[in-house]
Amino acid sequence: MLPLPIFQHHAPRTLEEVVALLGTHGADARLIAGGTDLLPNMKHGLVEPEHLISLAAVDELRGIAITDDHLVVGAMTTLDVIAGDARVREHAAGFAEACGLVGGPHHRRMGTLGGNVCLDTRCVYYNQTYFWRQSLGFCLKKDGTQCHVVSSGKNCVAAASNDSASTLMVLGGIIELRGPKGARSVAADDFYTPDGIYNTVKGRDEIVTGVRIPLRKGRSSAYEKLRRRASIDYPALSVAVRIDRDAEGAIEDADLVVSALASRPKRIKAAGRHLRGVDGDALPGAIQAAAEAAYKGSKPLTNIDQDPEWRREMARVLVRKALTRATTS
Amino acid sequence: MSESNPPELDEDRAAPPAVERHGDMLRRLGATRYTDDIKLPGMLHGRILRCPHPHARIKSIDASAALAMEGVHAVITGQDMPNTFGIIPWTPDEYPLALEVARYVGDGVAAVAAIDERTAVEASKRIVVDYEVLPFVTDPHEALERPEIGLGRKGNNISKVVELDFGEVESAMDESDLVMEGDFYFEGTAHAPIEMHCAIGQYDKEGFLTVWSATQVSHYLHRELSRVLEISPARIRVIQPPVGGGFGGKSEPFDLEFCVAKLSMVTGRPVKILYTREEEFYAHRGRHPMHMHYKVGAKKDGTLTAVDAKTLIDGGAYSSFGLVTTYYSGQLLTLPVFPEHYRFHSTRVFTNKPACGPKRGHGSVQPRFAYEVTLDEIATELQLDPIELRRRNALGGNTKTVNGMRITSNGFLECLEAVEKASQWKERYGQLPAGHGLGVASSSYISGTNYAIYPNEMPQSAVQLKVDRSGRVTVFSGQNEIGQGADQLLRVIVADELGLDYGAIRVVSGDTDLSPVDLGAYSSRGTFMNGNAALMAARNVKRKLRTAVAEHFECELEEVTVTRGYWVHRDDPKRSVTVTEAIQLAEAKYGTLGTVGHYNTPKLGGDYRGGTIGASPAYSFTAHVAEVKVDTETGEVLIEKIWVAHDCGKAIVPIIVRGQMEGSAYMGAAESVLEEHVIRPDGLHRGPSLLDYRLPTTLDTPDLEALIVESNDPEGPLGAKEAGEGPLHPSIPAVANAIYDAVGIRLHHLPFTPAKVLRALREKERQQDRDAAQ
Repeated sequence: MLPLPIFQHHAPRTLEEVVALLGTHGADARLIAGGTDLLPNMKHGLVEPEHLISLAAVDELRGIAITDDHLVVGAMTTLDVIAGDARVREHAAGFAEACGLVGGPHHRRMGTLGGNVCLDTRCVYYNQTYFWRQSLGFCLKKDGTQCHVVSSGKNCVAAASNDSASTLMVLGGIIELRGPKGARSVAADDFYTPDGIYNTVKGRDEIVTGVRIPLRKGRSSAYEKLRRRASIDYPALSVAVRIDRDAEGAIEDADLVVSALASRPKRIKAAGRHLRGVDGDALPGAIQAAAEAAYKGSKPLTNIDQDPEWRREMARVLVRKALTRATTS
Repeated sequence: MSESNPPELDEDRAAPPAVERHGDMLRRLGATRYTDDIKLPGMLHGRILRCPHPHARIKSIDASAALAMEGVHAVITGQDMPNTFGIIPWTPDEYPLALEVARYVGDGVAAVAAIDERTAVEASKRIVVDYEVLPFVTDPHEALERPEIGLGRKGNNISKVVELDFGEVESAMDESDLVMEGDFYFEGTAHAPIEMHCAIGQYDKEGFLTVWSATQVSHYLHRELSRVLEISPARIRVIQPPVGGGFGGKSEPFDLEFCVAKLSMVTGRPVKILYTREEEFYAHRGRHPMHMHYKVGAKKDGTLTAVDAKTLIDGGAYSSFGLVTTYYSGQLLTLPVFPEHYRFHSTRVFTNKPACGPKRGHGSVQPRFAYEVTLDEIATELQLDPIELRRRNALGGNTKTVNGMRITSNGFLECLEAVEKASQWKERYGQLPAGHGLGVASSSYISGTNYAIYPNEMPQSAVQLKVDRSGRVTVFSGQNEIGQGADQLLRVIVADELGLDYGAIRVVSGDTDLSPVDLGAYSSRGTFMNGNAALMAARNVKRKLRTAVAEHFECELEEVTVTRGYWVHRDDPKRSVTVTEAIQLAEAKYGTLGTVGHYNTPKLGGDYRGGTIGASPAYSFTAHVAEVKVDTETGEVLIEKIWVAHDCGKAIVPIIVRGQMEGSAYMGAAESVLEEHVIRPDGLHRGPSLLDYRLPTTLDTPDLEALIVESNDPEGPLGAKEAGEGPLHPSIPAVANAIYDAVGIRLHHLPFTPAKVLRALREKERQQDRDAAQ
């Protein structure tokens, strides 16, 4: 087996205790919820925290509610619960679909929303054992100075591989954070950064406590995921879309985010342009135009082990599928 | 002794009830105790330090920092075991730990024993190895072009060359109306058993060595331990606990087995090593990558004329079974559908990569893909139904193949008919909607071979029976139960022969102290050889029981007969004794009851060098029809269903036969569209984990329909032949051929990934545009 490194384990029961522990240990600590991302990474020597703060007993972080025109989901809510929740499916279908497509059933039963929102970026040169990385030469995301994806690259381009991120971005989701300095809200749009080494604005001493998704009449959304197997795999490409219709049913606004390409999910701005105000017979053409824009805007790298050209071509297909579903639902 | 009332007499013995395999419930409950579950008092844990370079000379090893750690008991290096080993006696080219040169990323160079696994891992990182990095090669073509790398024995990188010529290929090719020629490539695949390799060594104070190991070949391990460690085989015991998957990946000795033994000898304490998943991929011995050039000739009416094959085999760093693989790449192709003229030229080269070896369907799955796709191309070209083409060229039973292999029973045509009917081939082939297709393929496989790995005249399989007056019979068998159901086969054969309940039979297997020699679980030899040995042993006991019962009834021998639970008088079923009572009568008459049985193949094979390799006492036959759906937009191939018809001679335990057929077809299907064992050009494994080496999940598994065909082999135990490997072969070409039926593209490079499918579809469109423009 691959032994876990030695760490000190903390089992707080309240958010206050969690925040206090984060204040004390800060960058030396990691939060652990389902552990489906963290534990393999620890076994590979990618993360070596001195302290693990378990959120298992922090019940106040669990649950789904509708308050003040927002869908509110606690960070410790497991992905299978979100995927199966009728309210989430009604108000944020794309988000429910994304949660239902994370990993396999076991991962969704263990894995939490907070864990997926904060999922470490992934790369074929990074998610390997210590021995493997040592044989190749360590990369700049961990232990080294070179990038194996972009040979002269100075910035890490490990891929955002969380299914939830792109759907939260199109739905205008708000990430709730708590830390020793208090609570703050960050729009999902602003939460992710293009730095593959650490691609969120979350402070090392902060915790994601939950997510708020604004509700809106006439809104629909969808999520499509490319992977080689019908279960388990991380996305080789993912697409999230949102369609807002006005009272007459015309498309008022639309949004499209493509992910599993680079470190930050990528918004395809042209999609909104193509789709706004479109209806009826013009819709298929507009969807095709949006798909084409996604194809042009997607530049897959070799950070994921599937053929980049195939992944790029699939942007067209996935966008069309997602938009077709979102505009007919 | 009372004479009790027997049940209704049934001379035919009703088919055995659908009995569950012994141990299956334990597996389901997680109660099976595998090697890694064994914890011995005082046991240490070992870890092997592996070379990070594809090819490197070891200049020095400094273990002082590791040995200085608290809890570290010993460090050994190649110098501690300077003897080579290898499964094939002619090519022993591996050291338990590299002696002077490490030949691939992952080759073992030192091993630590420590108080726990964590300490062992930490200590292994503190061993300082000074390497001189050497030139290396990872491409087989390049291995031919750069002999100076010197991975072979004769100043080149050649592992084995086999060139065999049967008939008049040149003239037969010339006389053909059609010659179909093509290049094919099979990317390697791995076994990926769920249980990683694990071994425990215990060298006791009296100098007796016991090794527990997740192995398919206790006997060969026993021999090699003796050779390498220079201990008399009489002082070594190998025990094989339940195994969590083999598929050929545990059918030769591995570094960890020698290391645990040696570390135990050094420390005086038991030592365990469990591979990580990564190490399991480095140990490998998976299916060889093969570049294949095939040329097949045919007459207009579909009569095949000649086959000319040239194959380059990427062997990886060591020989493993490579000598046999190189022969198998040509020798096993000549049935069930084959012309009279054949030659093949196969070259296996060494490269600086994990060694390849035998994976389920050893050596012949790759050429079978090339050949069966070529047959489909011929059928298309000649506008013949591909099933009809195969029917016309099928070899019958009781004949010989072009390369001198003896065929006895042959249920191939029944297999073809079974899949044709079940898949509604006649109504659906070539007529499904766009994107949907059917494909057929055929194959044949050995039921063990008469090539016993090390030449000897002794039995290839043997069992002993201990018959207890309680009514219990213990079968001692050297065969390795690795989940394939070998123990259950023995249980059913012995129980049925003696009229006992299955629950009355206990099987003790895979333990070199307790059981007689059987060569192990490989080459699909278990049912045929071990089954025959068990039958012989059971019949030896049965004779004694019959004599004792006849004496008791005061009648002639032929007047008594056995049914389940009772010996009865043929003409007066009221006169009966239970089988237990019969055993007691026999024990009273003969003394303690126990017998042996054994099996050895008759002399077989062609009269030429290598003619015995692939010569089997019986061949199984298989036909598949695969149904696929190809998404022309994404390139994804969905294998919807595979109909698997397999001639296993006789299904002694039908549920196991079906399981093997489905499992084989599943594994082949996975290799056709998903699995690929890729070593990067720099010698690193692309992703030695089960996340990156993609096995199909339940959702990716096609519908599988097993159609058992029974041809009753004259020499098989109760007519049985193999079922564990043959049903894998046609999956891949059947899928390839179905893809052609669905979307009109020919794929010659495995696996059929969406990217490759899409590229081929685009190429076809471009070709059509070009054609239209002309």
